[in-house]
Amino acid sequence: MNTYDFLFYLFAAITLLSAFFVVTVRNIIYSAYFLLFTFFGVAGIYVLLGADFVAIVQLIVYVGGILILLLFGVMLTNKITSVEIKTGAWQIIPASLAVILFGGFLIKAITGTNWKTISSDIPEATTANLGMLLMQEYVVVFELLGILLLIALVGAASLARKQS
Amino acid sequence: MSIGLNHFLVISTVLFSLGIFGIVTRKNAVMVLMGIELILNAANINFVAFARFGGFGLKGQLMALFVIILAAAEAAIALAIVLNIYKTFNNVNVDEIDTLKD
Repeated sequence: MNTYDFLFYLFAAITLLSAFFVVTVRNIIYSAYFLLFTFFGVAGIYVLLGADFVAIVQLIVYVGGILILLLFGVMLTNKITSVEIKTGAWQIIPASLAVILFGGFLIKAITGTNWKTISSDIPEATTANLGMLLMQEYVVVFELLGILLLIALVGAASLARKQS
Repeated sequence: MSIGLNHFLVISTVLFSLGIFGIVTRKNAVMVLMGIELILNAANINFVAFARFGGFGLKGQLMALFVIILAAAEAAIALAIVLNIYKTFNNVNVDEIDTLKD
């Protein structure tokens, strides 16, 4: 077992274990913190796949942005001082049965398929090439995403504002 | 057996299933959002894995970047809606919010 395999299994274990705790722990604050480890593990998997820029963006946007936003959502929508932050869960047994069946079916389909993979060499740094793609071939998508983010920002601010 | 495409696809499958489980079983709306984030991450792992092993160049990684941007916009809008729901109903349990008009 070389270093790459060891790192892969390490990041896979971090990702899947913390994702399991995210959906099973009763306290929603703990769920949010386990989500942090899940995002870290996914970023490690991106690095192992040779996607360094995507990994950094994952860390910045997910851990620095979305997770903080989710924590704000938890704090603002629970009366921390009066009631407990635990959340209810329902229909655990049928849900786990359905999910296990579905996941097993997918895994069987994936491992049974003969994927045509190319034996790729050691990946190189991707940031410069991604920037060229964004500015040349995908520039329309890039600008549209900018407009979309602006609209989402204005919409979220006007939705969450107090009605005057 | 060396690490190949199947390993990454299996990880993304398990992550996707856990996200579905979280969405279906939890009552709190913010927990439903966390399940959605897990599912988006699983899809992203698929994009990047196929970009690495499928020979499509960098386009898969670009799609993963677009998904991350859309996830950020989605989280902001969804949390604004959740805050409004909390102001109206005084809780965010998705099974108790069953009124369209007050």
